[in-house]
Amino acid sequence: MKNKLLARMARLGGLSSALLLAGCEMDVLDPKGPVGDGVKSLIATSTIAMLIVVVPTIILSLVFAWHYRQSNTSAEYLPKWSHSNKIEVIIWGVPALIILFLAVITYQTSHSLDPYKPLEAEATTKPLHVEVVALDWKWLFIYPEQGIATVNQLAIPVNTPIDFVITSDSVMNSFFIPRLGSMIYAMAGMQTQLHLMASEPGDYLGESANYSGRGFSDMKFRTLAVSGDEFNAWVDKVKSSSEQLDGQTYPKLAAPSEANPVEYFAHVEPGLFNTIVAKYNNGMVMDTSTGKMIQVQSAMSDMNMKE
Amino acid sequence: MLGRLSFSAIPLDVPILVGTFLGVAIVGLAVLGLITYLGKWGYLWREWLTSVDHKRLAVMYIVLALVALFRGFADAIMMRTQLALAYAGNPGYLPPHHYDQIFSAHGTIMIFFLAMAFMTGLFNFVVPLQIGARDVAFPFLNNLSFWMTAISFVLVNVSLFIGEFSQCGWLAYPPLSESQFSPGVGVDYYIWAVQLSGVGTLLTGVNFFVTIVKMRAPGMTWMRMPVFTWTAFCSSILIMVSFPVLTVALALLGLDRYFGMHFFTNDGGGNQMLYLSLIWAWGHPEVYILVIPAFGVFSEVVPAFSGKPLFGYATMVYATCSIMILSFLVWVHHFFTMGAGPDVNAFFGIATMVISIPTGVKLFNWLFTMYKGRIQFHACMYWAVGFMVTFTIGGMTGVMLAIPGADFVLHNSLFLIAHFHNVIIGGVYFGYICGMNFWFPKVTGFKLNEAWGIRAFWFWFVGFYFAFIPLYVLGFEGMTRRMNHYDNPEWHIWMLIAEVGAVLVLLGIVCQLTQLFVSIRDRNLPANRDLTGDPWNGRALEWSTSSPPPPYNFAIVPHVHGLDAFMHDKENGIDTRHAGGPYAPIHMPKNTAAGFFVGAFSFIFGFAAIWYIWWLAAIGLIGVIGTVIARSANKDIDYYIPAEEVARIENEHSRKLMAQAAE
Repeated sequence: MKNKLLARMARLGGLSSALLLAGCEMDVLDPKGPVGDGVKSLIATSTIAMLIVVVPTIILSLVFAWHYRQSNTSAEYLPKWSHSNKIEVIIWGVPALIILFLAVITYQTSHSLDPYKPLEAEATTKPLHVEVVALDWKWLFIYPEQGIATVNQLAIPVNTPIDFVITSDSVMNSFFIPRLGSMIYAMAGMQTQLHLMASEPGDYLGESANYSGRGFSDMKFRTLAVSGDEFNAWVDKVKSSSEQLDGQTYPKLAAPSEANPVEYFAHVEPGLFNTIVAKYNNGMVMDTSTGKMIQVQSAMSDMNMKE
Repeated sequence: MLGRLSFSAIPLDVPILVGTFLGVAIVGLAVLGLITYLGKWGYLWREWLTSVDHKRLAVMYIVLALVALFRGFADAIMMRTQLALAYAGNPGYLPPHHYDQIFSAHGTIMIFFLAMAFMTGLFNFVVPLQIGARDVAFPFLNNLSFWMTAISFVLVNVSLFIGEFSQCGWLAYPPLSESQFSPGVGVDYYIWAVQLSGVGTLLTGVNFFVTIVKMRAPGMTWMRMPVFTWTAFCSSILIMVSFPVLTVALALLGLDRYFGMHFFTNDGGGNQMLYLSLIWAWGHPEVYILVIPAFGVFSEVVPAFSGKPLFGYATMVYATCSIMILSFLVWVHHFFTMGAGPDVNAFFGIATMVISIPTGVKLFNWLFTMYKGRIQFHACMYWAVGFMVTFTIGGMTGVMLAIPGADFVLHNSLFLIAHFHNVIIGGVYFGYICGMNFWFPKVTGFKLNEAWGIRAFWFWFVGFYFAFIPLYVLGFEGMTRRMNHYDNPEWHIWMLIAEVGAVLVLLGIVCQLTQLFVSIRDRNLPANRDLTGDPWNGRALEWSTSSPPPPYNFAIVPHVHGLDAFMHDKENGIDTRHAGGPYAPIHMPKNTAAGFFVGAFSFIFGFAAIWYIWWLAAIGLIGVIGTVIARSANKDIDYYIPAEEVARIENEHSRKLMAQAAE
């Protein structure tokens, strides 16, 4: 019953916001994946719930101000009146009920939209793993299963859950693809997680949502949501590149650069992501599945990385 | 010898800064020249700069705040103009390092030097008068607080012409603000300016807390205190509890930068997440420090112009106190996207929403104060009703951001920027300007021009919506904050609309300046003079004094017989002033130059520490300590106003009142 109501309110919210803002490209309100859909209906539901108080408040402010103006001598004037239990109960009670309602959906959606929570689709479809590194000022994407890496271009197959693990080899950034939904911070020495999925093919903006210094404005990437076959073709294209990412080439890539072009790396040294995390942690990295700290043992663990 | 400071620190290659410098220099020299020409230096020094009178300090704080408004707004309109131009390959007219300094300075100046200074100015003027006190508890500390704030603002502005300002945003998140990524002097200017002004703010908090607890007139129980005083009280508590956290956070960042420590660095065991927690444990209470007194202003203004007592006084007090407590339980909502678990996020999200209940109650209380009233549409009421409409929208978008699931797409977007400008302009700024229009005649003895006040309101009000509704839309279009150029053509039209809004706000500021100019020019017109001291048929004790009040405020300390003390006396035929005496000599604090010198030496210390000029820093520090010792040893700090002098001043005011009554 309640869920039906929620869904109906969400539809109504979607409709009214679509009417209000017809004609402009609302990345966040026109999502292309299940996470974005969830966020959108949450925004719509909560907005409608609050409008129950907000609209009367605004209207009453204007109506009272106008009706009880000094020149309107026909309006009632009670110069001593300053208390009413009935009104007090309403003005505490109604907002409290709305907040109670919002608190319930906040609790529910904090869990259902938790970026660390695997998507439901993962029960049926094998997810794709992507390791993301925020650099000054570009995004490095490592595909450990494919053994490739790219800069400033993220290709993903549609209708496939993507498991992102995110870190930074510089300052704090925030990894954000508005069309797909939630963002999460990228921080050096730490790994954050994000689960997203694209349900429609397209070319979507990706960006950093946390200011990171002079090259920040150009710290953008394109997200290519493509079919499974096209994704495989894209992987082959990356593999045909002549570039490799290893202990020698990584420091060059990690050096600060602005408006970096798209780069492909046909081969990436296994364990590079863990090495990047571990270099801020005395060579330790947390195993995200068990939560245990482990010593990084890769061919690159002793590579000479620029601090 | 000069540490890091060399001739190359002066940005002669940036034409905008050279032009600004010339402008500031010309205006500055003109002001100094005018003071010299009028022979006012001695007067300025004796009566104002060294004054410990809370009324004089209030005026100096508000002048400082208005200067900060011009600087902060100049930054704002430069940013809007940059973003109206810089799209699709056009780099705009500001290079990134300059743009990044501008948004960092804009936030720092608007919060610490416009809003905080304006708020402290209002506290200073209103609180002692409302509680029937002759001054604040610590008049010298009050003067010292002012100078610490003033010199910090000077320090921020010095960074324009010598060196650079921070390029790390107004909260200087590490690791970006660490010396590894920001080796220049910008972050050091930020740290020292905020730290030194923080000393002033903390002392202000202590001062007003003690003043309100200890110095209320006899009969003024807690539940008879005017609501503005209540809000000043809650705000002072928040200052005392939260500013030390800011001091510690910035001190640790300073240790990282100056001594190579590792509190917030990427490596060496540092943790940037700790800084976010600390800075927001101060930062979130800070916005309530600012907005609660604005609520207090409306709680004075709406009853005065509705001809009714405030609806639900007790509710208002409880709501204010609960906002004060809740404001400490919500700081994590500034970083839901940092990876905390869903239960933590849900807790802080819900705690944040709960604040909207008492806030909503306050709005309804003002609404029902207007209900069945007789509303005079004075300029103050325009600001008040404009606030109710605007702030309600800001509150709604605030609750949206408080829902972690929604925040995951709105965090750090222009939606967030629109939200906090919505509550800070629509709440804090509208409130303080409303208060300025309300109490101006009490400060000066003449009223502010109404027509220009109403024009200023309309430009600000309409300008606000033009400037910030587009930012809400842009947030939904996925545009993040702090970009200095972009290539999405969809965004451009909204940026142009926002630029129009900024221009409208500029016109609003021009109207405010015109309002001040016209009011001062026409101050002697009979219609503009406030001879009774009670131009709005006021309710609290400040309106029982003359305008401007005598140095001692109350010749005979009033006795409070009920809520809305002065209105109660007026209705019951009680003479609050006890005109005719008998008067006794009044004990007063003497003016002192110590605050000025502590400020000046602190400025030298801060500037030297920024540039690593250690011998000069030592001089500054020794100067501060020496001045404090000298001040402590000085026993000649008070004097008495003789009873005859009091009687003369009071009788003169009584004559004016009688002449006014006879008309």
